[in-house]
Amino acid sequence: MSMDAVFRALADPVRRRLLDRLHARNGQTLSELCEGLDMTRQAVTKHLAILEAANLVVSQKRGREKLHFINPVPINDIAERWIGKFEAPRLAALAELKRKLEEGKGHD
Amino acid sequence: MTDGISRFVYATYIRTTPEELWAALTKPEFIQKYWFGVTLETDWKVGSPWKMLYPDGTVTDEGEVAESDPPRRLALRWRHKWKPELAADGEAFCVIELEPVEGAVKLTIDHSVARADSKLIEAVSGGWPRILSNLKSLLETGQIILAPKR
Repeated sequence: MSMDAVFRALADPVRRRLLDRLHARNGQTLSELCEGLDMTRQAVTKHLAILEAANLVVSQKRGREKLHFINPVPINDIAERWIGKFEAPRLAALAELKRKLEEGKGHD
Repeated sequence: MTDGISRFVYATYIRTTPEELWAALTKPEFIQKYWFGVTLETDWKVGSPWKMLYPDGTVTDEGEVAESDPPRRLALRWRHKWKPELAADGEAFCVIELEPVEGAVKLTIDHSVARADSKLIEAVSGGWPRILSNLKSLLETGQIILAPKR
């Protein structure tokens, strides 16, 4: 499981959007994830496969359905490698400030 | 979260063997090293109680061992005891699976509560990634990244 795969997976805006959707509501099927996206089912499947290969998404079977879950562990590994515990409170304060200032202006 | 269920799934790949990982997950002296100082008391037999506590004796979580199939699968009934607002969510279920893959082991944690928008699941969703990063680091390099804190 390489960090290269994680960064490559995150480099694509469609894949970040899929992660955003799972972050908003975890445990979705492929059909649910396709809703409202201007893409073919095949294209979404391909993006999900890249996210799964990078371990950013984990799928679990539920009956005949396959549910997709966002997996924050690789991102946490990255954060802990370069950020570390001492900077965390200050970064959280900065992130909060940024969020407040940008609230309502959308993102990405 | 569909059907009034809150569920999170975490996975990490650790360069170790299923046996070593199983020992790391079940031996109290090892757990203490990566789980921010807590220890776990149980005999890991199916039906046996387990509890998680701080060195001062404060019990944070407890439950029963629902399934135990070393070194592949462990399932725990899980009740939070420490923070009342999290304990209010009732019983959670945690399935831990170990699967060997090309020189590593895929460790999957599936934690769920039969309740929509669970605060408990929200809280563990912040904790598990840090615990798993620590565990991975400990098994692969012999050192943890994050020191215990309260």
